[in-house]
Amino acid sequence: MTRALHSATDAALRDAVAQARRWYWQRISAMVLALCVVLHLAGMVWAVRGGLSAAEILARTQGNAWFAAFYAVFVGACAVHVPIGLIAIAREWWRWPPATALWFARAVTALLLVLGLRAVWGVYAPGA
Amino acid sequence: MDDKTLQVRIWRGGGAGDAGRFVDYAVPRQDSQTVLDVVTHVQRALDPTLSYRYACRVGMCGSCAMTVNGQARWTCRTHVAKVVGVDGRLEIAPLANLPVVKDLACDMSAFFDKWARARGRFQGAQTRQDDFARVSPDTPERQAANAGIECIGCAVCYGSCDVVQWRPDFLGPAALNRAWTLVNDVRDVERTERLRAVAGDAGCHSCHTQGSCTERCPKGIAPTLAIAGLKRTVARAAVKGEL
Repeated sequence: MTRALHSATDAALRDAVAQARRWYWQRISAMVLALCVVLHLAGMVWAVRGGLSAAEILARTQGNAWFAAFYAVFVGACAVHVPIGLIAIAREWWRWPPATALWFARAVTALLLVLGLRAVWGVYAPGA
Repeated sequence: MDDKTLQVRIWRGGGAGDAGRFVDYAVPRQDSQTVLDVVTHVQRALDPTLSYRYACRVGMCGSCAMTVNGQARWTCRTHVAKVVGVDGRLEIAPLANLPVVKDLACDMSAFFDKWARARGRFQGAQTRQDDFARVSPDTPERQAANAGIECIGCAVCYGSCDVVQWRPDFLGPAALNRAWTLVNDVRDVERTERLRAVAGDAGCHSCHTQGSCTERCPKGIAPTLAIAGLKRTVARAAVKGEL
């Protein structure tokens, strides 16, 4: 009985710490995203100011490690930020159980990472 | 209908096994009439079976909160003139997010149980033999505590909170605001236990910062700020491994 009570308390504490961690990861990723979105939009406006073709874009991005690193960070921040918000939506609007919502979020993280980093690779790698 | 009569719809029934429905009443309009005056008139002059709750009538006890024209309000300090529709209609329902006992009276148990779950009770370490604790009113902690201590427990914030509706186990704005005042009370010795109690799935991290509680609080308290403070404090404690 006591052990059951202890494990229930431990589970509640683990949940509390996990929630606190998710909260600050979402905060930190939001700060990174705010910066990335501004740079991304400004970069687009600046890059296409005189009209731009796909070939010209690829000529600038292929082999550009700074470009690849920036968008890899952008993708990483999305992969952290989006799933944490989706957990709340899945719990509150779709009424999913906590474990299901968590696994769904993990799957979204994996999906965002794979798709996002594949896209970064696609415009970075020469001849990709 | 004329200017001297209010068309009032009041929620009746709604207890266990009763679906409840609105019933219409015509109430004489008076100067400086409050919503509580309207409900009292209905009970005393039109239908003595109407159940509702009030005590002080001056905005101190926190027992007369109801949903008036769709918004949670303290009815004793809400003038009819301020809330009545252009068509002279007034709709009065029980507070949302709480089970209805009968008519306009809600079961407040869940609301106050959550204050206990959020460790809303002061726990000091001194005895009556000790000298008074000296707390400077200028410290940020004391100012943060002062900002929230005038809560009268009316549950207007609780009835206005969408997160309570979505997550019935969410502690709610009032309990979390209470916890925040105690987290900032330098005399209290249960800080860590309290931070644990307000973190987690049902705690401060579930708040979406929509601010309905702060907008509707009749005492002008900002539970949204209190909850944001709890989020920061809990996160810091979690990073330091103190949780």
